[in-house]
Amino acid sequence: MLKVTPDRYLTVRYAGASGDFNPIHIDEEFARSVGLPGRILHGLWMMAQCARAQTEAAGDPAALRRLDVTFRGMGVPEAELTVTSTVREERDGVATVDIVVEQNGRAIIRKAEAEVAVGGG
Amino acid sequence: MAVNTDAVGKQFPPVTYAVGREKVREFARAVGETEPLYLDVEAARAAGYRDVVAPPMFAVVYAMPALAPAMVDPEVGIDFSRLLHGGQEFVWRRLVVAGDEITTTAELVEVSERAGNGFYTFETRSVDQEGAEVCVGRWMNVVRAA
Repeated sequence: MLKVTPDRYLTVRYAGASGDFNPIHIDEEFARSVGLPGRILHGLWMMAQCARAQTEAAGDPAALRRLDVTFRGMGVPEAELTVTSTVREERDGVATVDIVVEQNGRAIIRKAEAEVAVGGG
Repeated sequence: MAVNTDAVGKQFPPVTYAVGREKVREFARAVGETEPLYLDVEAARAAGYRDVVAPPMFAVVYAMPALAPAMVDPEVGIDFSRLLHGGQEFVWRRLVVAGDEITTTAELVEVSERAGNGFYTFETRSVDQEGAEVCVGRWMNVVRAA
């Protein structure tokens, strides 16, 4: 299980690193004005945590072959995320992994699937 | 809300992105990576790579310059004030390293409507400087009902 707590300014750094400057991620006032509780995490940053959980477990960035994520919930800064990965099946050197991301006791990514090469495949 | 499906199949001009070492490091740090292959040139070279390796999710960075014009295309007609990122898929063929030049082409592959919400799916295909495919992305966007 991967645990990570995005700090207060993480969304600003990720905006710069990724080029996604949507104000719902970096401007508290703007986020509230469109009905959000405040700034929310980038979905693609949360997806990157799913990716990191797989490559760290495999010990090889090349092992991650596919990642498919459906965004439903919202993540917020300054609260711990846990990424839980469960191998559903393993066939021909490729593991299919179900991933769930939770924060504050809620699943913020419920449907994510990875294909990861195993055994140096 | 009636969605306009006329633009389905529209392909957008390829855009080439030059992968820079410090951009790779900046991205790796922003997503919490500590893997030396992403951060340390010597470690990457010792493992047989020409330069630092981009984390797989760096696909977001090299594909976005091709996707962004597609998403704002008036023929596609996405209402940005109601836009949500519904889902994302990447299929990776090989790792990208600093120094690579990645060319991405975007296509609008699907438009549909359910319960008043519009669903717009784009596909991006990214190839390296030799023309070999490095990544295919599917970007699912939802435009909420008015």
